[in-house]
Amino acid sequence: MIRVNGLTKDYGARRAIDNLTFDAEQGEILGFLGPNGAGKTTTMRILTSYMPPTEGSALVAGYDILEESMEVRKRVGYLPETVPLYNDMIAVDYLKYMADLRKIPDSEERAYETLEMVNLGDRATSYIGNFSKGMRQRIGLAQALIHRPEVLILDEPTIGLDPAQVVEIRNVIREIGKDRTVLLSTHILTEAQQICDRVLIINKGKIVAEDTPENLQSRLMGSQRVVLRVRGETDGLAARVSKVKGTRDVETKPDGSVEFEFSAGQDVRPQVAKSVILGGFDLLEMRPIGLSLEEIFLELTRDANVTTKVS
Amino acid sequence: MRNIWTIAKREYDHYFISPIAYVVAFLILLTTGIIFVVNLYYYIQNAFQSFGQVPDISPVTGSFAFLLVLTIPALTMRLIADEARMGTLELLLTAPVRDFELVTGKWLGGFLFILSVLAVTLIYPIILNGIVIGSVTILHPMVTPGIDRQLMFSAYLGVILVSASFLALGVGISAIFTNQIAAFFVTLITFIALWWLFGFPVDVLQPGTGQHIFQYLDMKTHFYNALGAGSISISDLLYFVSLTALGLFIGTTAVEVRRWR
Repeated sequence: MIRVNGLTKDYGARRAIDNLTFDAEQGEILGFLGPNGAGKTTTMRILTSYMPPTEGSALVAGYDILEESMEVRKRVGYLPETVPLYNDMIAVDYLKYMADLRKIPDSEERAYETLEMVNLGDRATSYIGNFSKGMRQRIGLAQALIHRPEVLILDEPTIGLDPAQVVEIRNVIREIGKDRTVLLSTHILTEAQQICDRVLIINKGKIVAEDTPENLQSRLMGSQRVVLRVRGETDGLAARVSKVKGTRDVETKPDGSVEFEFSAGQDVRPQVAKSVILGGFDLLEMRPIGLSLEEIFLELTRDANVTTKVS
Repeated sequence: MRNIWTIAKREYDHYFISPIAYVVAFLILLTTGIIFVVNLYYYIQNAFQSFGQVPDISPVTGSFAFLLVLTIPALTMRLIADEARMGTLELLLTAPVRDFELVTGKWLGGFLFILSVLAVTLIYPIILNGIVIGSVTILHPMVTPGIDRQLMFSAYLGVILVSASFLALGVGISAIFTNQIAAFFVTLITFIALWWLFGFPVDVLQPGTGQHIFQYLDMKTHFYNALGAGSISISDLLYFVSLTALGLFIGTTAVEVRRWR
């Protein structure tokens, strides 16, 4: 588990992260979402004991990152943003080296096992220098997994991969995340939506939102917008929808569909449907337009004022 | 402690796939080889003259030590600087490895490499010893002890100590830089200062005006006038051991400073 309390880091006069507080439990995949330069990498570097915070404290796997740094490092697997590889080594030797540094008995055997976990078993004796971007990312992940850590911290694990590899890596992470704590950073929103149990949106060093991807969506939606489609002639449709009590912002789109909004908790869709059918229209479709995580993200990171709106 | 060995072993192995290490080994072995042969020829020529003397191994160890000034910067420049550039330092600094274990491991790897090259030169005293024993026995039927063994032991110890302190300083400087070329030049300048520059004030200054400080700092005095010439003293050993400790300390501190930046 990870417990972060008031973590702050200054680079000279610039404040990279500002009073971050959050938790992640065992068996949870926590997504760290934010634009570039938001402070994701800095936070991860502090949690892995790479650098000390300016203020605040954190417990990782039950140990203090400053006071018990060695214990933390033993229990954390870390994949930095630039995958740290020795190009002049073959894959299995590299992992064996990492296993030896972590004093794992039968390090060579463990190296082969871990290569299998990331589907690189057949490239065990290839030079890392000849690996493709996707393979480098995977062996980087293998390095983070070599000691089967309690806590896994992954900085943009799927960056630069092709779609098939992305799916593959995500599966590996989801599998691993079942009984470990995983903190992963990304700026791909669908990724956070797909694999994270909880998402933490960070901007300019501050947490602007923290929730499950689903809740985040519904919390941001004070009102629900619906698109309505009918067959054939659409004259008078918008007018008819407007007449139903509770609808607002009725708009006819160029393709003939009509969009309207209603306040959450005041569902007027049955009334709208009745009114439309009574008006002689053939109702084809009535569908809510969900705010995608992408829109939420843009909304939240545009300016800091949004913070109050969310929380 | 096991971490030091793990890191040293990886560094040592790395030298054998590194072109620079081969160039260094070739340069050292070729030069010492030529010097050995030329000296041997000189001794043999003079052996029949009245000023002939028993050959010893000091030309080989002396030139080996001198070549370290020029070659060790090339061996140490990448040790930590390159890890920082490639991002692998982040890996080592988040692994359960203490900063001094990392620095000492890197140093030990380089040290073992130099020891391996030095071990090759042991062929020269063996040949020399054979020649001395053989020729003396032919010329005069008397028992000879061969070459001066104490000189040989002391000179080799000297080379080992010079390389230990140079490597430690090189690792320390490499830890300060991210660019290995910068590390190379700063290391080279440091070695040149230790080997030559500190020697100049010794000749110029009057005794009692701080001359002895420069004398103590001057590395070639500690080597050529002492260990390299067959005399082992605590003061010289202390000089090399403290330089080695200083280098490792600089390296550990520089790695720690990286974390706080």
